[in-house]
Amino acid sequence: MAGSTDTSAPTVQPPGPPLWLLAELTYRCPLHCVFCYNPTELERTGAELSTAQWVDVMRQARALGAAQLGFSGGEPLVRDDLEELVQEARRLGYYTNLLTSGVGLTAERARRLKDAGLDHVQLSFQDSTREMNDFLSHTKTFELKKRVARIIKEHDWPMVMNCVLHRHNLPHVGAIIDMALELEAEYLELANTQYYGWAWRNRDHLMPTRAQLEQAEAVVQSYRERIGNRCRLLFVVPDYFEERPKACMNGWGSVFLSIAPDGLAMPCHNARDLPGLQLPDVREHAIADIWQRSQAFNAYRGEDWMQEPCRSCSERQKDFGGCRCQAFMVTGDAAATDPVCSKSPMHERIVQFREQAATRRQIPIVFRSNAAAPAGDRNIIKKGSGIDAC
Amino acid sequence: MQPDIAPPSPAYAAPPGLPQLSRRLRLQYEAAQTRWVLLYPEGMVQLNDSAAEILRRCDGRHSVADIVRELETLFDTQGIAAQVQSLIDEGTQRGWLD
Repeated sequence: MAGSTDTSAPTVQPPGPPLWLLAELTYRCPLHCVFCYNPTELERTGAELSTAQWVDVMRQARALGAAQLGFSGGEPLVRDDLEELVQEARRLGYYTNLLTSGVGLTAERARRLKDAGLDHVQLSFQDSTREMNDFLSHTKTFELKKRVARIIKEHDWPMVMNCVLHRHNLPHVGAIIDMALELEAEYLELANTQYYGWAWRNRDHLMPTRAQLEQAEAVVQSYRERIGNRCRLLFVVPDYFEERPKACMNGWGSVFLSIAPDGLAMPCHNARDLPGLQLPDVREHAIADIWQRSQAFNAYRGEDWMQEPCRSCSERQKDFGGCRCQAFMVTGDAAATDPVCSKSPMHERIVQFREQAATRRQIPIVFRSNAAAPAGDRNIIKKGSGIDAC
Repeated sequence: MQPDIAPPSPAYAAPPGLPQLSRRLRLQYEAAQTRWVLLYPEGMVQLNDSAAEILRRCDGRHSVADIVRELETLFDTQGIAAQVQSLIDEGTQRGWLD
């Protein structure tokens, strides 16, 4: 072609900007939730980034285009530099989200975070009852969370209440919605358990029945019709009960940049254990290089990595082949079709997980352990996208 | 059970006379995307140019008619009232406007 000197490499669309930066400030957490998505082998993670290192990460990611910033963990309030980080983030122009269990959000810290410019707080609950909340988190935190919800409203933050759903609390979904209304949450995220980390380990104990899910969804729908926009109810799809996978991360390396407490950059906050990924460390590489050129962020970007049945599937641009972590955990191949998809040759395994869970509960439920370096309390990060267009 | 809790905010009313962007949202130009976006808890709406021009004027001081007039002058065009009203309706329904 005239004027073209390089025809050897295939045309690769350069990636767009990372729109979402997830700053997992720490894996430390006072709670011990049975469905936490944090790594189960915390002793394998390294030392936490310093304040200055986080500031550097935020500046670089903002310069690339990241606009949404989630402070998560673990419990981010464990870090006493949270206010400083929020202030810098806000100055850089991020919309700042704090994702918290509520533990540590005193009136004093709330005031400082408000002064720093924090835009929004997501507060996790485990159930509408003290007994279940405190059992699932293995802490006495129910009343504290209700106090924290009031502190959040007193500081005029929009509040997302998050509750991870599973067979133990799906029958309470109406009461959970009532609690969100009572506490004046603007959004309630009813997050059906996604099976990663500790939730994968406790899968059989958490797995609901299809009847439970259908009843809960009907309750949610009837509330939606009654309450209108007063509180928006998000019912995160229970993908094990679906025929098509979720559009995980809106596609690998597409919009989502997650930085783990020890500085590893990941295209997905669960990617740590995927084989063959050379996860780059933000202390050694610039964020732009990580995002655009690293092996890890390009491994499943676009479609070239896809196998059948994804490769020729008409829906591949809609769901991007689903979740790489789920593909690896269930099939042993991270490049396989997400087995949630009924077109996957391994879909039968998901069906077995669903149908055999009730017969496999002899092993006790495992609480998130603090033995090595305690981790987070929830699987609140939807493996979705949060990006909309108008 | 908790007498100190204020009554819940009412559902959104019909489109107001002077549309105002909800204080719960932030409208911001993103150079990396070369467009305006609406930022809200854990989400972002990527706006096309006309939606952005309309929403930027939803400041509680302009009526819908004011906005139509201003944009028709600015872009030297006519007959955009229906388009503006439709965006205002959608914004109201989606909770972007107070």
